[in-house]
Amino acid sequence: MVGKKKTSVQILVIILLILGAVWAGFPILWMLSNSFKGNAEIFTFPPTWISENFSFEAYAKIFMNPEQVRFFLNSYMISAIVVVLTLFIGIMASYAFSRFNFKGKSVINTIIVSVQAVPPITLLIPYLSLIVTLKLYNTYGALILTYLVFTLPYCILMVTGYLNTMPKDLDEAVMIDGGSRWTALWKILVPSAIPGLVSVGMYTFMQAWNEYLFALTLTKTNDMRTVPVGINLLMGQHAYEWNQMMAMSVLGSLPILLLFLFFQKYFIAGMTAGSVK
Amino acid sequence: MKNKAVLKKKLTPYGYLLPTIILMLILLVIPIVMVIGYSLFDNVIANKNPVFVGLENYKTVLTDKEFWTAVSHTLFFVIVSIIVHMIIGMTFALILNTRYLGSKTKGIFRVIYALPWMFTASVIAILWRMMLDPNGVLNYFILLFHISEEKITFLASRDIALQSVTLINIWSGYPFYMISILAGLQGISPDLYEACSLDGANTIQSFFGITIPQLKPILISLLMLDFVWTLQQFALIWMTTGGGPVNATETISTWIYKQGFTKYQYSMASTGAVLLLIVCSIIGVFYVRHQRSEE
Repeated sequence: MVGKKKTSVQILVIILLILGAVWAGFPILWMLSNSFKGNAEIFTFPPTWISENFSFEAYAKIFMNPEQVRFFLNSYMISAIVVVLTLFIGIMASYAFSRFNFKGKSVINTIIVSVQAVPPITLLIPYLSLIVTLKLYNTYGALILTYLVFTLPYCILMVTGYLNTMPKDLDEAVMIDGGSRWTALWKILVPSAIPGLVSVGMYTFMQAWNEYLFALTLTKTNDMRTVPVGINLLMGQHAYEWNQMMAMSVLGSLPILLLFLFFQKYFIAGMTAGSVK
Repeated sequence: MKNKAVLKKKLTPYGYLLPTIILMLILLVIPIVMVIGYSLFDNVIANKNPVFVGLENYKTVLTDKEFWTAVSHTLFFVIVSIIVHMIIGMTFALILNTRYLGSKTKGIFRVIYALPWMFTASVIAILWRMMLDPNGVLNYFILLFHISEEKITFLASRDIALQSVTLINIWSGYPFYMISILAGLQGISPDLYEACSLDGANTIQSFFGITIPQLKPILISLLMLDFVWTLQQFALIWMTTGGGPVNATETISTWIYKQGFTKYQYSMASTGAVLLLIVCSIIGVFYVRHQRSEE
C-alpha cells in the first residue's frame, strides 16, 4: 500500500519535472534552432525542428557587419567599466560604513537603500537634461554614470556585510606595522572577501549588460548602442531578419549564461541576497 | 597639532564615501528634486519660460481616463504575474527539493528551470514575438491539438494582448522565486518535519503547518520586491506591443514614456513618474522594515 503510494508520487514528480523542463527550456531551444535556419524557414507550417539547411549563415552575417559587432564591443566595454567602478567605489563606501561611526551615517545609508525602490523611468526625464548639461549625451559616460546609481547600492550593502564579518584587529595589525587604513583595506580585507566580491561583480555585470531604458534614450547613434537596443534595431532596419535576430539573441545571452554555468553558486548567492537572509 | 589629527580622523570616513556621495547627489537626489519640480510647472523643457502651476498637473493626470486605463492594466499585469510567479516558483522549488530525485538530476533541472532568468528583456521580447506570431510555433500546437480551430493573434488582438504580455512576464520572472524558495527550503531543519510526521500529519498538513510558516519571511520579501519590479516593467512591454494594439497593453511605464518621448509632454510624464515613485517608495519602506525586523 505504502509502496504503491510512493510510486504514484514518484510518477507525478517525474511528469511535473518534464513539463517544467518543456516550459522553461522549449523557448530557448527554439531560439537556438531558429538561429541556424534560413529566414524563410522560420514560420513554415509544420515547423522544422532542426533545419535541413542547417547553417551558420545568420551568425556569419552578424560577425561580418561592423555595426553589429560594435553593439557587442559597446556592451562589453560599458559592463566591464561599470563592474570595476562599482567595486572600487562600493568597497570604499562599505569600508566607511563598516569601520566608522560618523555624523550622517544613517541618512546616507537610508538614501543608498532607498535607491532600490526608485523606478529608473522616474529618473529618466531629469537625466535627459542633466546628461545633456554635463555634455555626456550619446557617450559611454552617460550610461556608465547612470548605471552606477543602480549598481552601487547593492554592492555597498553586500560588501558592508562581508566587511562586518572581518575582525577590526586585522586593520589594526596593519596600522601597528606602520601601514595605513588604505593598505589594510586593499591588501588584507579585499583579498579575503574575494568570493563575495565575485558574486557582487557578476550581479553588477548582469545589471549593466541587460539595461535597456537608459541605453535606448541616452544614446542616439548606432555606434553607441548596446546589445539589448541593438537586437531591437534589427527589427526595424532590415524588415525582420528573424534568423539574425535569433543569432544575435544567442550571442547576446552567452556571457550571462556562461557566467551562470561556471559560477552557479556565486551567481545564486548574489541573486537571492535580497530575499533570503 | 592634536586638533589636526582629530580632525583628520573625523574626516576619514567621508573621504571613503566621497565618490558615492557625489554620485548619489548628482544622479539621484538632484534628479528626484528636478522631476518633482517639473511636475509643478506647465510644460517644461519644451517651453522656455515655464509657469508654476502647483498641483494642476496632478489634477489633469488623475482625472485622465487613459491614465486610469494604464493603471488598471498595470494592476492586472502585476497581480497576475506575482501570483503565478509564486505558484510556479514554489512548485519547481518543491520538486527540486523532494527526496525522490538524485542530486545530479536536481542539479541539471535546477539549471534548466533557472534559464529564463538569464535572458535580457529584449531577447525575451523578440523570442516570444516569434513564438506568438500567428504563424509561429505556438499556433502550430494550438491547431495540432485542436485547442482552437483558428490561429490566435496573441499580441495583435486587443482582447488578449495584455494576457499574452503577462504570460511572457511570468515565463521570464519565476526563476527568482524558485531559487530563493529553494534556498529557504534547504534552511528548514528536517527535525521539524520528523516531529510533524510523528504527530501523524500528512504531506499537505506539514506543507501548511511547517513549510509555509518557515518560508513566510522569504515569501513576503519576494512578493514585495517583485511587486516593485513588475510595476516598473517597461522594456518587455515596450518591445512586444509598445503598449498597443491601440492601448490594450498600456501600463504606467509605457504611458510615462509616451508622454515624454512621443508627445513631448514632459510635465505630464514627470507627474506620472512622481506618482509611480510614491507608490514604489511606500512599498520600499515596508520592505526595509520587513528586512530589519528579520535581522
